[in-house]
Amino acid sequence: MYSTSYHKAASVAEAESLLAGASDGKYLAGGQTLIPTMKQRLAAPTDLVDLTKIPGLAGVEVSGNTVKIGAATRHYDVASSASVKSAIPALAALASGIGDPAVRYQGTIGGSLANNDPSADYPAAVLALGATIHTNKRAISADDYFQGMFTTALEDSEIITAVSFPVPAKAAYVKFPNPASRYALAGVFVAKLADGSVRVAVTGVGESGVFRASAIEAALAANWSADSAGSIAISPEGVLSDIHGSADYRANLVSVLAKRAVAAAG
Amino acid sequence: MGVEGIGQSVVRKEDKRFITGKGKYTDDIKLQGLTQAHFVRSPHAHARIKSIDTSAAKAMPGVVAVLTGSELVGDKIGNLICGWMVHSKDGSPMKMGAFPAMANETVRWVGQAVAVVIAETKNLARDAAEAVVVDYEELQAVVDVREAVKPGAPQLHPEAANNTIYQWSIGDQSATDAAIAGAAHVVTMDIMNNRLVPNPMEPRSAVAQYDSADDHLTLWTTSQNPHVARLLLSAFYNIAPENKLRVIAPDVGGGFGAKIYVYPEEIVCLWAARKIDRPVKWTADRSEAFLTDAHGRDHVSKAELAFDADHKIIGLRVHTYANFGAYMSLFSSSVPTYLYATLLSGQYNIPNIYCEVDGVYTNTVPVDAYRGAGRPEAAFLIERLMETAARQFGMSPADLRRKNFITQFPHQTPVIMTYDTGDFNASLDAAMKAIDYAGFPARKAASAAKGKLRGIGISCYIEACGIAPSKAVGSLGAGVGLWESAEVRVNPVGTVEVLTGSHSHGQGHETTFAQLISTRLGVGIDTVQIIHGDTDKVQFGMGTYGSRSGAVGMSAILKAVEKVEAKARKIAAHLMEAAEGDIVIEGGEVKVAGTDKKMPWALVALAAYTGHNLPDGMEPGLKEGAFYDPTNFTFPAGSYIAEVEIDPDTGKTTVCNFTAADDFGNLMNPMIVEGQVHGGIAQGIGQALLEGTVYTGDGQLLTASYMDYAMPRADDLPSFDIHHTCTPCPGNPLGIKGCGEAGAIGSPPAIINAITDALGHNHIEMPATPDRVWHAIHSRMAAE
Ligand SMILES: Cc1cc2nc3c(=O)[nH]c(=O)nc-3n(C[C@H](O)[C@H](O)[C@H](O)COP(=O)(O)OP(=O)(O)OC[C@H]3O[C@@H](n4cnc5c(N)ncnc54)[C@H](O)[C@@H]3O)c2cc1C
Repeated sequence: MYSTSYHKAASVAEAESLLAGASDGKYLAGGQTLIPTMKQRLAAPTDLVDLTKIPGLAGVEVSGNTVKIGAATRHYDVASSASVKSAIPALAALASGIGDPAVRYQGTIGGSLANNDPSADYPAAVLALGATIHTNKRAISADDYFQGMFTTALEDSEIITAVSFPVPAKAAYVKFPNPASRYALAGVFVAKLADGSVRVAVTGVGESGVFRASAIEAALAANWSADSAGSIAISPEGVLSDIHGSADYRANLVSVLAKRAVAAAG
Repeated sequence: MGVEGIGQSVVRKEDKRFITGKGKYTDDIKLQGLTQAHFVRSPHAHARIKSIDTSAAKAMPGVVAVLTGSELVGDKIGNLICGWMVHSKDGSPMKMGAFPAMANETVRWVGQAVAVVIAETKNLARDAAEAVVVDYEELQAVVDVREAVKPGAPQLHPEAANNTIYQWSIGDQSATDAAIAGAAHVVTMDIMNNRLVPNPMEPRSAVAQYDSADDHLTLWTTSQNPHVARLLLSAFYNIAPENKLRVIAPDVGGGFGAKIYVYPEEIVCLWAARKIDRPVKWTADRSEAFLTDAHGRDHVSKAELAFDADHKIIGLRVHTYANFGAYMSLFSSSVPTYLYATLLSGQYNIPNIYCEVDGVYTNTVPVDAYRGAGRPEAAFLIERLMETAARQFGMSPADLRRKNFITQFPHQTPVIMTYDTGDFNASLDAAMKAIDYAGFPARKAASAAKGKLRGIGISCYIEACGIAPSKAVGSLGAGVGLWESAEVRVNPVGTVEVLTGSHSHGQGHETTFAQLISTRLGVGIDTVQIIHGDTDKVQFGMGTYGSRSGAVGMSAILKAVEKVEAKARKIAAHLMEAAEGDIVIEGGEVKVAGTDKKMPWALVALAAYTGHNLPDGMEPGLKEGAFYDPTNFTFPAGSYIAEVEIDPDTGKTTVCNFTAADDFGNLMNPMIVEGQVHGGIAQGIGQALLEGTVYTGDGQLLTASYMDYAMPRADDLPSFDIHHTCTPCPGNPLGIKGCGEAGAIGSPPAIINAITDALGHNHIEMPATPDRVWHAIHSRMAAE
């Protein structure tokens, strides 16, 4: 790691001004992506602005049909939150399957979404549930937020403050972990929203990161059943292919996992 | 003071230290004025070094020195050697290219050291390493052995035409050809044995200290054999004469073979410590471990197994390309030859065997012994052939094996080895009973009802360890003898110190070796201290690899303790005025048989040291040494049966049941043996299902971290069901065979046989990843 200066922000505004004052600064949340990258010297921020000590940035709030999760909320806290478990059990289950316990005690939802790893789990939930990303500047809908691998709608100094998820009628996430990293080799999040609409998001598979599987959505809108989801063949076109899974294999996983997710959602 | 003797599952003495974080590893060594080394490594798999500019790095803060390969040459530091001479079938010696500790003209693998920066801190060294400018002229690289031997392939070393180190052979070619030509059935297979990265938990590390007043060097290092390291550093690398060099291997966190060798980094740290007259430390990070620890396996073979009309084996013909990587590592030449082809007879009567092995250079990390070293490759080959043959014949795989088992011992195979003893039917029976082989069809039907494919696979392995009779290995080209040494020192109060040339890096020697003393002298294991890993304390010894520490190391201890007992008996007989032949040592006491005369062990020891009343002419003291040179290899063997369930939709394989029935001869500590088997099977399942080492065509290692290299984790593994059968080894006094590698040797074929059984498909490459299995099921792609 190159030497860097650490700053602890006490408020969102202070974080922004600390970043503005740094020559090449970065926000720091759980550090589970950023710190390993720095250790390998692939990132060399001059300054780190820690967001996790900002009062109010972590925590879960349920009001009406919305679950709002602070950006600095750790994966473990989402996984074990009684309110998340009762309102959107699929989301708690997803969080409980991220990395290992050490990662879950440190990593945050805001960090995961800011990073937008093409194999990360949270993006599938956010996109499938049609969540809203709240920042210090605006609210961004999930459909506008994800813009390709490691690319989001966030501007340079923009800070995610929270994510609000509408409580769905039914939802489930099924992940097939990469045998080495245990990130998603493929992960499918299916949701039937309160208004009856169906959204299906796929992670680990797309060359441009998380995406909605519109053919599966259409099939499920017509007939919400596991077989209906599983009957849709996904084209290997535009699907990631690497040493862990070829494009046709991953495309197959999408159908299989969609089917299992619907079965799990009930 | 309870006696915790041979055969008891005594809790490991060393574990308190390890579990409470009190182990003392090389990286824990802190010295006054310690500097830190960071290596500049080649980013190219094959390139000519046009120039190296160290001036900017030298000017950076905290930098003590920046050294390059040409300075090594200037100081006459020797190139790395390969310690086992293997000749081609045409009689020519192996073709070895020069392996300098830091490259000075050409780099041949990604990760090869080119220069070293020594600085006040690790970070400063790394900062400055980035400022070393190396101007490379890139050359074409080759990573696949089949490509490397083709005309026109990039050439690595001028010494080795077609990148071929040797074309070695063993066995009778014409007899084997004739047997195959006249066979009723021939089973032919292309078999790959995947390259593995060893991944001991503790990365390699070295600390070198120079004492200019005495012109003396000390090296702390992650070594399985510190004396061998000292010998090499002195005799070949020109670091210092042996009397001016102390090598200490303190606690070592796993080796698996990868820590047998002296690596460039140790040579450079020692050389640099003298040059700058300050201690130097280097510790690999995990990325360096992937790129510099000797890799294992990597064979491409074609094998033909011939049977007569009665399904008796009549011949085996094998051709293997063995990937050596970019240079010949220390024992690399012996692994795909004498440790591999000599085991191709497996557990079977095979009258004719002929095997050719081509050793081939490629632009990859050097390959050497890794847990099992050659024997896993042999077991995989023969056990895949047997299973496939049984399927072709429509026979039960157990019956085909039984029909061909060796049942008379000693048995001379056509490939050097003389199996001393064994009972292969007994271990197969034990394994089949334990896994309820007969109940498999019902379990398969239950899986099928859930839409799952279930398969069962047998592997009957044999291996050779207790390495090795010095004369025999010497005649086969080894540069060293493979005996072991021990000294047993009884202190004046009767406590015991054992100095052993074996080295423990996880095997539990501090417990098992003490158990041996405890059994012999009747003293508690807490009064026995095992001392190893320090060339200043311990007499020359050969170290630990090839499952030799029990069969060879403990046999040396036994010889030494027998000498101690003989002297103690003489002293006791003198003191108690009895005949020497009537003295028995038992339960911490020395007794006169048939009388009530006895004295405590401690008083005999004290008498030896006071010297007040010893037999005439006897020297005082109670301390004896011994060297033990085995008369033969030992032959652990067993049957492993794996049962897997495959999800046809995802291709994921779950190992549901895994039974091992091993014959290790006598067991010293069954709990430790079981632990060794568990670890070995975990590594074998890792090889079979998870661990793939992947290079790009231009020699970049794609699987250079745990993000891409899948190590087995607890939830990848079933609970192992371990059983033992026993034919005591006649070749050593304790009757033990060795258990350190069997798990890794026997398990991959069991897993792959189970998977192919489930798939009804004879072929799947290791690692059998979900992607590969799914493709094999769906045959959308030729699964080769
Ligand atoms: C061993 C291991 C296994 C893992 N396995 C998985 C897995 O299975 N599935 C999975 O999804 N992930 C996995 N991860 C990643 C993990 O979930 C990370 O926690 C997450 O990707 C990043 O979150 P963080 O809080 O650690 O962010 P950091 O690493 O601190 O930051 C990541 C990036 O986000 C930026 N950032 C952080 N917070 C904000 C914010 N509020 N607003 C704007 N920008 C911000 C930072 O500047 C940085 O660029 C794994 C990580 C490790 C180390």
